[in-house]
Amino acid sequence: MAINYVVCVKQVPDTKRITGEAMKEDGTVNRAALPAVFNPEDLNALEAALDVRDRCGGTVTVVTMGPPSACEVLRTSLCLGADRAILLTDRKAAASDTLATSYILSCAVRKLSADMVFCGRQAIDGDTAQVGPQLAEKLSMPLVTYVEELMDVTDAGFRARRNVGNGWEVVECRLPALLTVMDTANTPRPPAGRRIMKYKKARSAMEVAAEVDQADPDATDADKAVETEKRIDALRQRGLLIEQWNLAEIGADLSWCGRDGSPTKVHRIQAVVLAGGEYHELPPTDEGVAELIGELIQDHTIG
Amino acid sequence: MIDVNRDGEVWVFAEQEDGRLSDVPLELLGKAQELAGRLGVLVGAVLLGEKVAPLARILTAHGADKVYLVEDPVLAHYQATSYSHVICRLIEQHKPQICLYGATPLGRDLAPTIASAMRCGLTADCTDLQIGDHKIARTGEVHEKLMFQIRPAFGGNIIATIVNFDRWPQMATVREGVMRMPEPEEDRQGEVVESAADLGDLGLPLKLIETHRREKKVNLKAARIIVAGGAGVGSRENFQQIWNLANCLGAAVGGSRAAVDLGYVDHDHQIGQTGTTVRPALYIACGLSGAVQHRAGMAESAKILAINTDRDAPILSIAHYGIIGDLNEVIPKMIKTIRRGAAAGVEN
Repeated sequence: MAINYVVCVKQVPDTKRITGEAMKEDGTVNRAALPAVFNPEDLNALEAALDVRDRCGGTVTVVTMGPPSACEVLRTSLCLGADRAILLTDRKAAASDTLATSYILSCAVRKLSADMVFCGRQAIDGDTAQVGPQLAEKLSMPLVTYVEELMDVTDAGFRARRNVGNGWEVVECRLPALLTVMDTANTPRPPAGRRIMKYKKARSAMEVAAEVDQADPDATDADKAVETEKRIDALRQRGLLIEQWNLAEIGADLSWCGRDGSPTKVHRIQAVVLAGGEYHELPPTDEGVAELIGELIQDHTIG
Repeated sequence: MIDVNRDGEVWVFAEQEDGRLSDVPLELLGKAQELAGRLGVLVGAVLLGEKVAPLARILTAHGADKVYLVEDPVLAHYQATSYSHVICRLIEQHKPQICLYGATPLGRDLAPTIASAMRCGLTADCTDLQIGDHKIARTGEVHEKLMFQIRPAFGGNIIATIVNFDRWPQMATVREGVMRMPEPEEDRQGEVVESAADLGDLGLPLKLIETHRREKKVNLKAARIIVAGGAGVGSRENFQQIWNLANCLGAAVGGSRAAVDLGYVDHDHQIGQTGTTVRPALYIACGLSGAVQHRAGMAESAKILAINTDRDAPILSIAHYGIIGDLNEVIPKMIKTIRRGAAAGVEN
């Protein structure tokens, strides 16, 4: 079967290891100051797609929207087994909220004529879980959220077990469709050594241009352009070129992208202030504990 | 998308399953009343399903001035396609200025689908909602009486206030337990506005094959005392100390998201922005640093006791009592003292 699988992934700041300067003054995220990782549940989404492809055939295309540095998650995807990787990058996409993001992704997914779209349930930077459902609506595709198991995939449809919080249910759905995948769905495979050796060399056009510039900063622009083109051609021939699309190339209406396309605006960002009340510290000794328990019994909190 | 409509009502999506309302819409009705009071408008509840009309009375008792009721056998089981279709039509027809949804699995499936179809904004997992004015710094333009959608963001390092001043309705999801459920007033009067589902030839893409429900194992919201552990507990074995203390006190066991992610305790026990919000008489936080998302779910506890080896843990700055020490030593001492106290009580 030639099912066309598209997986939407995101490079996210590692929210467990946040340092200072995490936010810019305008309230948007200062990604440069943060270690970036592959959003964990997007790895589960990719694994689900790779698993179905391995069983049923077809091709897996991974799409990410982000700055040029987001190529890192695409390289990882290729190492894990993706057939094709696309970077959606455009300055005009900056400051997009979930609605604008899902609109931009929908333009790219439509261009790819996807049969099955996989998203992670949510990203750890925002935890909103909104882009998957919004993308399904934009694509007029059935939405199957919280998928834990995928069964009986054919080019007509599939069955999925969904975790609905207070239990689970099995639903049947036709293709095309969009699924959001839970972390409990699978254990992402480790990358194959052979693929790592090959795909660690994958680059986007922007990355190639930056490398050429770095290699010989004093060369003329014309020479740099020639060298860049040469390297891009070589990568393309070896299947190592990460495709790069901008908003014009996916036919996106700019009024629905970036800040203009985002109905939600930041009113205020506050550092977290702790409201301290009356505080009583007790030593970790028998006496300290006895005093504490005594007080709590005295005021009828316990006992 | 609808235009800014200052006379628009404040709506709450009345999530129900098999004819039983969830707690969260009732909790949201309390908040909706407060917001509607500030705006001088009415509160509406949106109730979809099959044979759910009797629930309208409960919604009215909890603060709904109007109940928009849509009954149809096709709505018996939730699907994003059918529910969003009906609700979008109601929004276009009645132009509410605010729509609130529970941040339940269903609400987090439905609300973004509606937001996308309406091309309006949506803020997930708000921990507070207020009414206030928003000034655009660049132009000096002021938008009055917007809904401030307040939530911790970015790993809890900041609290963000989000507004949506032009593409309405203003929409937000809120976790269960975050808002206080109002006391029902049985004789409160409300209007039921009934309409047909009118799905036309809209096909339902999903076919439900099998369903399995399980009761939540713990009821954290009802617990008077909660003993909670965080990543600092160190292991699933050490977490037994938390259970021991809870057993001794007749308390419920809670955990931070980190403790749940590390597998120390089951997800049902998670307290915080993405778990349950609790307000017990006593909250005992053990080896729990107290990131803002966690505090969002327990800061309103009447008394907070923190046991932590780290004097700088944020939890200590909201605690009423603190013990700086190893929980593996402190908890057994507490259990011994409590047992002795109980025994002494019997003797007396």
